[in-house]
Amino acid sequence: MRNWFNRGIPWIWLNAGAVAISLVLVVGLFGHIVFTGLQHFWPSNIVAFDYAEPGDEPVSVMGEVDRSEVLSVQAAQQRGFQVDEDGDLITRHRIKRGNRDITDRDFTWYVQENMSEWEYPEDAVRVERRQWGDFYGYLREVRVGGDVVAEGDEAWERFDSLFAENVPRIEEIGRIERVEIGNVNAEIEEVRLAQRRLQADETLSEPEREERSQALREERERWEAEYDQLVERRNELLEDIERFEAVFETAEGHRATMPLGDIVKPSRPNAMSIGEKTVFYVGEFWDFVSGYPREANTEGGILPAIFGTVFMTLVMAVFVTPFGVLAAIYMREYAKQGPLIRMIRISVNNLAGVPSIVFGVFGLGFFVYFMGGGIDQFFYAERLPSPTFGKGGVLWASLTLALLTLPVVIVSTEEGLARIPGSIRHGALALGATKGEMLWRTVVPLATPAMITGLILAVARAAGEVAPLMLVGVVKLAPALPVDGNFPFFHLDRSFMHLGFHIYDVGFQSPNVEAGRPLVYATALILVMVIIVLNLTAIIIRNHLRERFRAESD
Amino acid sequence: MSETETRDTATHAVSSNRGRSGGQRQLNIRNEDICVEIDQLKLWYGNDQALNGIDMKIPRQRVTAFIGPSGCGKSTLLRCMNRMNDLIDNCRVEGAIRIDGQEIYDRSVDIPELRRRVGMVFQKPNPFPKSIYENVAYGLRLQGVKKRRILDEVVEKSLRRAALWGEVKDRLSENAFGLSGGQQQRLVIARAIAIEPEVLLLDEPASALDPLATLKIEELIFELKKHYTIAIVTHNMQQAARVSDYTAYLYLGELMEFNDTDTLFTNPSKKATEDYITGRHG
Repeated sequence: MRNWFNRGIPWIWLNAGAVAISLVLVVGLFGHIVFTGLQHFWPSNIVAFDYAEPGDEPVSVMGEVDRSEVLSVQAAQQRGFQVDEDGDLITRHRIKRGNRDITDRDFTWYVQENMSEWEYPEDAVRVERRQWGDFYGYLREVRVGGDVVAEGDEAWERFDSLFAENVPRIEEIGRIERVEIGNVNAEIEEVRLAQRRLQADETLSEPEREERSQALREERERWEAEYDQLVERRNELLEDIERFEAVFETAEGHRATMPLGDIVKPSRPNAMSIGEKTVFYVGEFWDFVSGYPREANTEGGILPAIFGTVFMTLVMAVFVTPFGVLAAIYMREYAKQGPLIRMIRISVNNLAGVPSIVFGVFGLGFFVYFMGGGIDQFFYAERLPSPTFGKGGVLWASLTLALLTLPVVIVSTEEGLARIPGSIRHGALALGATKGEMLWRTVVPLATPAMITGLILAVARAAGEVAPLMLVGVVKLAPALPVDGNFPFFHLDRSFMHLGFHIYDVGFQSPNVEAGRPLVYATALILVMVIIVLNLTAIIIRNHLRERFRAESD
Repeated sequence: MSETETRDTATHAVSSNRGRSGGQRQLNIRNEDICVEIDQLKLWYGNDQALNGIDMKIPRQRVTAFIGPSGCGKSTLLRCMNRMNDLIDNCRVEGAIRIDGQEIYDRSVDIPELRRRVGMVFQKPNPFPKSIYENVAYGLRLQGVKKRRILDEVVEKSLRRAALWGEVKDRLSENAFGLSGGQQQRLVIARAIAIEPEVLLLDEPASALDPLATLKIEELIFELKKHYTIAIVTHNMQQAARVSDYTAYLYLGELMEFNDTDTLFTNPSKKATEDYITGRHG
């Protein structure tokens, strides 16, 4: 035993145990996010049963099993279930019944003891709708312009083909509403601003002013005509679609008529094979990643949030890298290493420990109000009082996070520079290089891997940061992406959506928390993946550079 | 007399008067064309005096060796000649060094320009983590040479002079770290001579190398003195005896003895020198 201690074996166990526990925690966390996040998109079977509490009339229930748990009879009674007291433990299931517009609660707990046998009817339909969340029921009739064209068993086939026909129309409506009308609006806004500038311009003579404002009026009329045309086109398409209707019946026997335009995605999971389910699953996941959010973010996709996160992080990287690198080079290579530079170094390191919300407050006060307000006064006076840069936006968010991550870049760049051996510096100087030439031709290129390490850490920190962003530019729902086809293409003044804030918003601020919970996990998964992809890119670049500047070989 | 002529005569003198094995005719510093003149050089690191007034003359196109126990100041003295000591904080120099009559500690001296004229090779090979070609071309690129033809020419010439061309001509674009230690040291010498310095300072150039690589470096030094004035610091007395024309023995920051190598090793005038070279001190 003594020998066992003396050989240091307990230390090995202790160290290895710490590693093992950390690994289990990390793998467990990541596994949980991946599992819960990915599971949401799987088309699980729709279950139907009759439910009757003792002494009550049975009611038909249909939906997806969301969660199951075991609890004691006593606890169940406290929760208001009517159960017989013959067992100790009972199982209860939470059923996602959907149909939020018809029944008021779409998630309900049912006790297994009171259920009839579960059935999986082949013709049960799940409909993802544009409003009111999912619908569960049976398809009864398909109508075109009020006339029934198919009913009963043929109804589904007919409905499926009609829906497939109309998908391009629905997509066109979406494009008109989101892109084309947006573009025309941007042009009309340009003209309006030009008119205001014209009015404010006092150098022009009266006839000249009249002439120009006439031109602007004409241009405006042209755009407005275009706008009307687009609206007309959209209305035509809407009318086309509205002729098609589907009549559904819920499990309780309630009839619901749904125009085709309200339907996003119909499916009959009970009738699908595993292969079909997989295809459907991939489609669902793709829609989530590439779609726009609906219904207070609890439905639809998260493309704007992904885009906003990546764009903001990249802009931040563009700001923080040169600043951090230049500052580090000065501090390490040029500045006299005395008490002053030591003070600065300590301050920089401590900056990394300042709570991020403090940076948010600073960003709001300095960037948004002071700088943004100033820019508006000088360059966008014609738009006032509505602010352009004087409100939260991608630019200010990026700058705030650049400030937040500056210490990381400075510290790692400094360490990288310190690691370049003196022999290389002396070699360069001995060949007649000036200090600047020595630095920029030899030392700094060698330190680039360290700089990129700093950038990786900065990106990882910035992409996950939410608190400061809430003050300087993140919004729940951004009407437009910060990059589009309108000049100047990058709109750094626009506010944006962010995955981290999206998680918070969907998880805690949405009207329907139960429906949003799987999306929280899915969004978290995407956030982690975005960060991994950003970091991997940087790591690959760094390893490539390391290979080039392989310094220690012998 | 123009500079080229001086060099030519000197080269001639070397090849005709002194073979590999030793001097038939006694070399004498009084007959030499002096390249570097050190005059009452004193140097302090903070409060520690490392050199206490060195006076000596280094002849052109000869190899001058500096020997002495560790910490005697021989490397310091060498680094004074291209002002590498300037990089050390708290380093203070008094006295003068003149290269071709120009005082290098003068305020008006352009230090990078000085270092172009006085090349240096360090104890440990320190190639840049670039290709072999770029290592040799580094000095030229610093001077703004961009023409590929000139670069190619100089790289080849320098590598040939450094006796490395045959070994690397097919892999010029490979990383210099792929070379062996001895090759790296010759590459560093090629890098130094690519910018045509007048003086070449070698700070224990072979101490990190194996005997075979050391031999190659020594042969190289013998070749190089046809073109350059060479000052070499070494711990290895046989090496000093083999490669140098003149030898200086330093001890505790003083120049104990300076003479042509044969005389210094066979008939030292001071007891301390004799003790050191015979191994009784060290």
